[in-house]
Amino acid sequence: MKYRFAFLVALLLIGVLAFASPLKIGFIFVGPINDNGWTQAHYDGGVLALKKAFGDKVQITYIENVPEGAPSLNVLNSLASRGFKLIYATSFGYMNQVMQAAKKHPNVIFEMCSGYELASNVGEYFGRMYEPRYLSGLIAGAMTKSGKIGYVAAYPTPEVVRGINAFTLGVRAVNPRATVHVVWTYSWYDPPVEKEAALSLINAGCDVMAQHQDSPAAVEAAQSKGVYAIGYDSPNMGKFGPDAYLTSPIWDWSAFYVPNTKEVLDGTWKSEAYWKGMKSGIVKLAPMSKLVPLSVKKLVTAMKDEIISGRFHVFEGPIYDQNGKLRIPAGKIMSDDALLSMQWFVNGVVGKIPKK
Amino acid sequence: MRLKIEKRHENASTFSVLLMSILSVVVSLVILGFIILSLGKNPIEAYIQLVSWPLGTIAGLTQTLISMMPLLFTSLGLVIAFKMKLWNIGAEGQFYMGAFGATWGALFLFNHISNPWIMLPLLALLGAGIGAGWGALAGVMKAQLGVNEILSTLMLNYVAIYWVNYLVYGPWKGAGSYNFPITATFPKSAILPQYTANGINLGIFLAIATSFFVYYLLRWTRFGFEIDIAGDNPKAAEYAGVNVKKMVIIVMIVSGALSGLGGMMQMSGVLFRLQPNFSPGYGYTAIIIALLARLNPFVTVAVAFLFGGLIVGTQQIQLFLQIPFSLVNAFQGLLLFSFVAGEALLHYKLRWVRA
Repeated sequence: MKYRFAFLVALLLIGVLAFASPLKIGFIFVGPINDNGWTQAHYDGGVLALKKAFGDKVQITYIENVPEGAPSLNVLNSLASRGFKLIYATSFGYMNQVMQAAKKHPNVIFEMCSGYELASNVGEYFGRMYEPRYLSGLIAGAMTKSGKIGYVAAYPTPEVVRGINAFTLGVRAVNPRATVHVVWTYSWYDPPVEKEAALSLINAGCDVMAQHQDSPAAVEAAQSKGVYAIGYDSPNMGKFGPDAYLTSPIWDWSAFYVPNTKEVLDGTWKSEAYWKGMKSGIVKLAPMSKLVPLSVKKLVTAMKDEIISGRFHVFEGPIYDQNGKLRIPAGKIMSDDALLSMQWFVNGVVGKIPKK
Repeated sequence: MRLKIEKRHENASTFSVLLMSILSVVVSLVILGFIILSLGKNPIEAYIQLVSWPLGTIAGLTQTLISMMPLLFTSLGLVIAFKMKLWNIGAEGQFYMGAFGATWGALFLFNHISNPWIMLPLLALLGAGIGAGWGALAGVMKAQLGVNEILSTLMLNYVAIYWVNYLVYGPWKGAGSYNFPITATFPKSAILPQYTANGINLGIFLAIATSFFVYYLLRWTRFGFEIDIAGDNPKAAEYAGVNVKKMVIIVMIVSGALSGLGGMMQMSGVLFRLQPNFSPGYGYTAIIIALLARLNPFVTVAVAFLFGGLIVGTQQIQLFLQIPFSLVNAFQGLLLFSFVAGEALLHYKLRWVRA
């Protein structure tokens, strides 16, 4: 009798503890949390914002510098089998391993940033970065004197190609003869390589630098050579080039992480592909620096309102590709499917997308 | 008073060798503790994380065994080469070439074969064969031209890594990879049998079985005997009628074949798609494992298992104490360093002498 009572009490205690125990959340980062770029934006908008929003209801851990591909599988499995119920994988190259781990751990929710595969326990999330990129293109087009703009880019994935295209459309909207010159680094985060790539573009005559990289190395390179720079990811990049920095298209991931975690806490989470734009606040244009003339600022602000209100769409025809072929006829807006698999450059880009 | 280094005359006993190995691990753990302390974290907590998960839970043990598999194949390959005092630093490259062979076979050469019992042996042969060829390159250069094998194998690693990178960034980029460097997934028939949902696969057992094969080869065959004497004294071996040049090439072939087989098993057993950086330096860690195991194939299994646990354990430290990844490499460096220092102490002794 006594034993049964003790057993019941123990069971009850376990039940209460299990109920009251916080949701364990894990983040996997591709770079260091102080990179002043991509990873920091996820850390600020994820780890910090979730702690602030949910306090004791969540318990968060993170792991930095996890290489993309095979090495990430062990990390994902460790998290999933150690009681973490919600795992945010914050780089494209984890997708294959996330799908593998998700199959083994059907009770764990995985959220995969910038990927494209879904499963019942795998969601995807990303933002329409092409919107602020278009706005930064307007500024670059207005600021260039040589008519040549450099763009340091990581991998020729649709995400990066789309950004380059949106940027170029912005450039050409104010400066129809300017060209955007692309160099691939084949790494999201490799400051020395990013810097070398930027310097080579500047030496080739580019007087505004833009980038799809996680470190401010290209901004630093622009500062050292006395040309303008547009950063990415985080407004912190301005610190690395006070005389070069114009603005950055930036992420505010808390716009996604906080509601998403809340859904998991409330038990209303469903697998979906989240892909929102400036209206939701997940993507923004950082405040423009004092180097940007007032007239340009006014234009950019006006276009921003047009995008947010939905009156203007970046990928609305007529849009021609590099070879002058009409890809999107006048009045047509590119579909999300076409945007998500974009593998061609618009007219005005100088560079090649490697083919298989 | 000054310190004098003297050679020991007697051979080190098994007991002192064991003691030295344990001591070198302990010493590196203590130094690691100080590094963790300097980062403002609790080293005791770190030791607990390091051991409790990878060795104390089923899920952790599974991860440890999976991490052990590529380490075991590569270090067994090195044991054979090191026995002959052939310093093959190229296990990493041979591992890459094995993975290349497996991917070539699975996706392009034999992709129409749907029976795994035909496919898998073909892939194993191809992976081991290309790994063997990669080893043979260094072996032939050493035997015919006297090229130092440390340099040639080390440099061939880079060639292998860049060759795989070229393929994955270029012609082998898979459909549906959206221009990201990764190949297509292996067909079902090219995947090793998986016994648990957590990924215990046939490769792990084959790796352990390989240790018996290597033991047999070294201990009970004429080939193993010749390796032994050619390693101890090549001149004497020549007198005894051993063709040392031929032995150099054959040993490099066998050594490369085992690492290449490891690359194939890793692809077919764990990864299923080739990607750049798919190895976090298994072939280099294997050097430490083979040396720590003192070139005994069975001890190699134990040491590779512990290093598998180390990989998994240091990830736990990273996850729960937020300690940087480079600490894993620092710890392995410390281990090798204290092992080499201990090795010196086995053969030499320090003595104070009056000036």
